[in-house]
Amino acid sequence: MSALLEVEKLEVGFGRTAAVRGSSFTVERGETHCLVGESGCGKSVTALAVMNLLARNATRRAARLAFQGEDLLKLNDTGMSRLRGNAMAMIFQEPMTSLNPAYTIGSQMTEVMRRHKHVAQRVATDRAADLLARVGITAPGLRLGQFPHQLSGGLRQRVMIAMSLMCDPQLLIADEPTTALDVTVQAQILRLLAGLQRDLGLGLLLITHDLGIVARVATRVSVMYAGEVVESAPTAELFANPRHPYTQGLLRCVPVPGKIRRGEPLGSIPGTVPRVGPGFEGCAFRERCDFADETCRQSIPRHLAAPTHDFLCRLPA
Amino acid sequence: MLRFFIRRLIVALLVAATVMTLAFVMTRLSGDLAISIAGPSATQADIDAVRKAYGLDRPVITQFFDWVGRATMGDLGDSFFFKRRVSELIGERMPVTLTLGLTGLVIALLVSLPLGILAAVKENTAIDRAVQVVALLGQAMPSFWLGLILMIVFGLQLGWLPISGTESWESFIMPGVVLAFSAIPALTRLTRAGMIQALGSDYIRTARAKGLSRASILLKHALRNAAIPVVAIAAVQLGFMLGGSIVIEQVFALHGVGFLAWESIAKNDFPVVQAVVLVLAVIYVGLTMLADLMNAVLDPRLRGA
Amino acid sequence: MKRGWKNVATWVGAIIVGVAAFAALFAPLLVPHDPFAQDLGKRLLVPFWMEGSDPQHLLGTDQLGRDYLSRLIYGCRISMMIGITVTIVSGIIGITMGVLGGFLGGRTDDVVLFAITTRLSLPVVLVALAVVGLLGSSMTILMITLGLLLWERFAVVARSTTMQVRNLDFVAAAWCAGCSRFRILAGEVLPNIASHLVVVATLEIALAILLEAALSFLGLGVPPPLPSWGLMIAEAKDYMFFSPWVIMIPGVCLFVLVLGINLLGDGLRDMFGTRTDP
Repeated sequence: MSALLEVEKLEVGFGRTAAVRGSSFTVERGETHCLVGESGCGKSVTALAVMNLLARNATRRAARLAFQGEDLLKLNDTGMSRLRGNAMAMIFQEPMTSLNPAYTIGSQMTEVMRRHKHVAQRVATDRAADLLARVGITAPGLRLGQFPHQLSGGLRQRVMIAMSLMCDPQLLIADEPTTALDVTVQAQILRLLAGLQRDLGLGLLLITHDLGIVARVATRVSVMYAGEVVESAPTAELFANPRHPYTQGLLRCVPVPGKIRRGEPLGSIPGTVPRVGPGFEGCAFRERCDFADETCRQSIPRHLAAPTHDFLCRLPA
Repeated sequence: MLRFFIRRLIVALLVAATVMTLAFVMTRLSGDLAISIAGPSATQADIDAVRKAYGLDRPVITQFFDWVGRATMGDLGDSFFFKRRVSELIGERMPVTLTLGLTGLVIALLVSLPLGILAAVKENTAIDRAVQVVALLGQAMPSFWLGLILMIVFGLQLGWLPISGTESWESFIMPGVVLAFSAIPALTRLTRAGMIQALGSDYIRTARAKGLSRASILLKHALRNAAIPVVAIAAVQLGFMLGGSIVIEQVFALHGVGFLAWESIAKNDFPVVQAVVLVLAVIYVGLTMLADLMNAVLDPRLRGA
Repeated sequence: MKRGWKNVATWVGAIIVGVAAFAALFAPLLVPHDPFAQDLGKRLLVPFWMEGSDPQHLLGTDQLGRDYLSRLIYGCRISMMIGITVTIVSGIIGITMGVLGGFLGGRTDDVVLFAITTRLSLPVVLVALAVVGLLGSSMTILMITLGLLLWERFAVVARSTTMQVRNLDFVAAAWCAGCSRFRILAGEVLPNIASHLVVVATLEIALAILLEAALSFLGLGVPPPLPSWGLMIAEAKDYMFFSPWVIMIPGVCLFVLVLGINLLGDGLRDMFGTRTDP
């Protein structure tokens, strides 16, 4: 049986900028796969490319892009819209603006189910109320009649999550779902997502720049840098044995209780993610890497550190 | 919300009072009205008689408060020329002007909404530019001239539409189209700008992520938000159209309020002139308040505030 | 690609306005005939592209036998003069009100806003017609009347841009340096809102020209025998069914001139990166 989501050599460009340069990963049924990296490294673009929600000026290419074995590259917009919101759903970073201000929560939640499942309004409303309760919203009947501006950011993100679950999706893509929220609310939303993933057996593609989140919920991690997946491994393996200099740098930036001594400075990676044009050769991290030399300008091999752990660096395995 | 409307109502009343004053001052600009009313061949005795008959022998302040007091009660005075109550005259002519204004607005919306949506969906393409050119052309078109051209083409050469009069609904097509031209550029630009903003918003991305149909995304989710400013401007434009219909009523010989005002100006019938100015101003103010009210209905964020 | 198209449009506008300005300035030197000279023997001659035209009168003659081309050139002069004068009058009124309201705020601003609201509620064409009708039509009365009526867009834009500029750092610095109100207004605020006002001015010139034509068409604008384009259309109206060109020629001129001014204004707006919608 094929994996839930297979992405192979995905490339996305915006004019003269290459936002994603051949990233590959798979999401299995029932696993939480985290895409991590700094802002601007192509995580969100990858997610939007999978959903075919890219802006019109973007170009998308891939060796393979398949959902439950179905080739997404062959689907036209109508075919994709049959899947979106149905078998594959997505939630976004900005809960404040992601709901339409002109319609009630109930109307926005039920329309997705009525479109895909062709059920009666009453059935959809009941399902919406159940799901609102399921994501921890009290008085769901009241909330269904309210407008987005009457809800806080945390509540709106819960609504977005409930809405994404309306049609029982196999895959849920969550693009930095907690970034725009208060810290206390972040933890609640994250616990909720992890619980739902476990209970419903969802495949969850979670995009984040927060390694703390990764450590708590991920089954598998793919680290992205400048549009490429530079290292991919099961979570425990990656934290114990990071091989790519960028991953190592990222991990040094995270304060871990017990490991960090008082007064000792936290690690940081100098510089920012470079903008990379088409035809770029070699390792994009070389300008910021302590181990870089001339060979980093040539094409870089992908090494296997373990059967399920690969990384992209000229340094040997 | 209620406080906002009470404030608006007070401003509206102040505007009406100011317009009343301005209309009064305006009609007294020429100096001695009695001389102009009596005509060039009148003797001094005729002029005195006119002055007495129309109450122009009283102090200006008395005349002013008399006009304000009566107008507030809905009494707009008597016409010198028609020898009838001004309110009756306006009441008789208003349906023509209102029909013309509403026809113009409906045509303008029927043209600008699809054009604006099309331009926004095809932003930065040849279609978008073509729509913007149409808006520019509309903005530069002298309405009375367009009216004459339409009369020549559709009235005379093709013989499809009546050239003047108000006998049938077809009589309102050409004047309506001409009047619509004055509102189409602004409404099209606003629809386009609103749709571009809406289509770039996060909730449209959500709607696409939900797999909704293209029609639902465009018409239910984007247009609903883009329409909010358009509705407000449409109401204001209707006000401008009613005021501007004087030119078109003249071209097409439609006997509406504008035509009445034009006749009255030519005949120095100042009670009618000042009354029409006041009525049109009050209608405009009413329409702007209606626009605010519709905004509150359309935009749930304003409702609770 | 988009820029290129916009540039062409702006250039077309600039050329139209340039030609019109040239015609207006040098009208007495350019006209082939006296625009007021009637020749009843040569009434309604057809323009050059139609059969039976007179090479003496390129664009034919009107119902009184006056040379159409000469009248058009003088009409351009009248349109431009009215457009510019009205814009200067309304600009002075509107900019003064807008800047004061935006700069001083408070009660002053309330009064300015109220004046704008009241002005918007007045039906412009009707009020202008009534004033001209009561005072008698002359160029001066027409220009002053329109100037007194068309200031609201200047006021709206001057007010909002002044508010933005007022809160900028260099204005605060000027306050701190002890500059007087007048010096801040003249030295800091006005130069910084000028580009917006130039764009408004182009739109106002176009609007004033259209309004003048409409009023003249209704017989209460420019008095005959002056050759205003609106008046030419009005006078030719009775003959339009048999000789459509008598209304086509002045109408097209009016349309092209207003279009040119608008194109130029749009180009300037893009160049300055300003928004002028009230």
